[in-house]
Amino acid sequence: MTGAAASVNGQSIKRALPLGLPFALVLLAVPWMVSPYQAYLLSTGLTYAIAGLGFNLLLGYTGLLSFGHAAYFGMGAYAVAFLVKYFHWSSMEVFLAAGVLAAAVTSALFGFICVRYTRIFFSILALALAQVLWSLALKFYWATGGSDGLRVPTPVLLGGMFAATEDKMDFLGGPYYYFVLVAFFVAVAVMWVIVNSPFGKALQAIRDNETRAEFVGVRVRRYRWIAFVVSGAFTGLAGALWVPANGLMTPDYLYWTFSGKIVFFAVLGGFRTFAGPILGAIVYNYLEYYAVASTVYWQFVVGAVLMFLVLAMPTGIVGAVGRLGLAFRRAD
Amino acid sequence: MSLLETKRLRKFFGDLHAVDDVDFLVQEGEVLALIGSNGAGKTTLVNVISGLLRSDGGQILFRGADVTRQPVHDRIRAGIARSFQIVNLFDHLTCFDNVSLSIFSREGKTSRLMSLANGDRAVRDEALEVLNQFGLESKRNILAGLLSQGERKLLDVAVAYALRPRLLFLDEPTSGVSTREKAPIMDIVSAVVRRERITAVIIEHDMDVVFGYSDRIVAMHQGAILAQGTPAEIRKNQQVSMTLIGAPSFD
Repeated sequence: MTGAAASVNGQSIKRALPLGLPFALVLLAVPWMVSPYQAYLLSTGLTYAIAGLGFNLLLGYTGLLSFGHAAYFGMGAYAVAFLVKYFHWSSMEVFLAAGVLAAAVTSALFGFICVRYTRIFFSILALALAQVLWSLALKFYWATGGSDGLRVPTPVLLGGMFAATEDKMDFLGGPYYYFVLVAFFVAVAVMWVIVNSPFGKALQAIRDNETRAEFVGVRVRRYRWIAFVVSGAFTGLAGALWVPANGLMTPDYLYWTFSGKIVFFAVLGGFRTFAGPILGAIVYNYLEYYAVASTVYWQFVVGAVLMFLVLAMPTGIVGAVGRLGLAFRRAD
Repeated sequence: MSLLETKRLRKFFGDLHAVDDVDFLVQEGEVLALIGSNGAGKTTLVNVISGLLRSDGGQILFRGADVTRQPVHDRIRAGIARSFQIVNLFDHLTCFDNVSLSIFSREGKTSRLMSLANGDRAVRDEALEVLNQFGLESKRNILAGLLSQGERKLLDVAVAYALRPRLLFLDEPTSGVSTREKAPIMDIVSAVVRRERITAVIIEHDMDVVFGYSDRIVAMHQGAILAQGTPAEIRKNQQVSMTLIGAPSFD
């Protein structure tokens, strides 16, 4: 517990590199080793991981559990879908900028309300606001296509250097995979700096002891709000990256069950570590894919995993592996 | 001009007059002890002055400016800092981070998102210096939550001290530790306070500590100031000794 908690704070580049570098190299090599479909599947996990990173800035580092992060993922995705529908844009770079912007604006607005509260009140308010967006997306079918959704065709990367080929999967498992991977690397690096910045330390101080944070001069509510906006922007980036690969945006991705999925990423991987939500998102994506493929009762499988986690591995995969590693070192 | 002045400061909890029209003065450079039995209103007075509680009436003047309605972070900027009777730390941060956060905050650097906290040389050196002054340098990488009670009390003071306040309130810096640990803690704290010439207000129960470490003493009883004076004067004051220890003399 304490070991895992320490790694939230005391991370140095020296410690992070030996773990992160091999992982990064494997990710770079993936399209050469597996089928395009498998690479595409992993890229979905990586986009989820960006959402998990954003989400965990609030849960792991600021101590705020948001049950409404589908709102920012969805806004990122809808921003892309609207650009396609109304402006016939196809540039992926524009999509990302628009997705981040839309999510940041939404989270600035929602966060302004939510950070007035903490604990369960914060969680429920975040959930309620996201549900408002979901119901709007269903009702305004003339704009959003209602439950039929909006189609998002394959985009053009880097101003036309890469575009969809005959076989869409070749594109998604190739150039698009690398595009997602670069975005993922940038997101990880930026978030890593943020949580290790003076601002990040102030957030962790707020998480640990709100009163004392105030008494060292931290403007608690304002910092929570900034964290909320940054968190929303990351989640929006994930939404914008994900939607062209999925090809369709529906209100389902604003619904609270998708917010629950993002919570699941963090709990599965371990929200007390930086890497936890990344790993959790990737593993969850595979878990859901194979559960759906193998049984109609896939939600039962996912639920059972969640129960097992809470009971047996409360610190998530990263926490449990960390403890195992510690036990081995002691045994030597 | 006095550093801090309260005018008819008041805090009521229902019918309980915890702080009852108190005129309280702190002069620049002095170490003042605030004494009184449990429930006398010492901590409430400090809570109102530091901004943890809102006053129900009266005024707080700090360096001549009215801070009565100011939020906590503005009072911190003005130079009022405090430690806590029940230790208030960032338990999942290291000792080093606990102290360096105060320094970042004082220098207005906590809003920096895109620079590494460990990369700031000046802050790092100062934080280590502060930990050193409080005898905690060897614990710098230990999580605050894992320290012993005595170390936690010291770190609590160090976090407040690292803000380099003009006025430092120390709410029972030795409460909750064993008798054997009290003197070493007070020695460290008072050494820092004296060396750096900090104006300090210490709330304390232990009369040895009070008489040994303060320039002036203010005694409170039932929300009001009972007496004030030098340690020698208070030691002779029968009203104070009767109220506090129920005996006609402290000796």
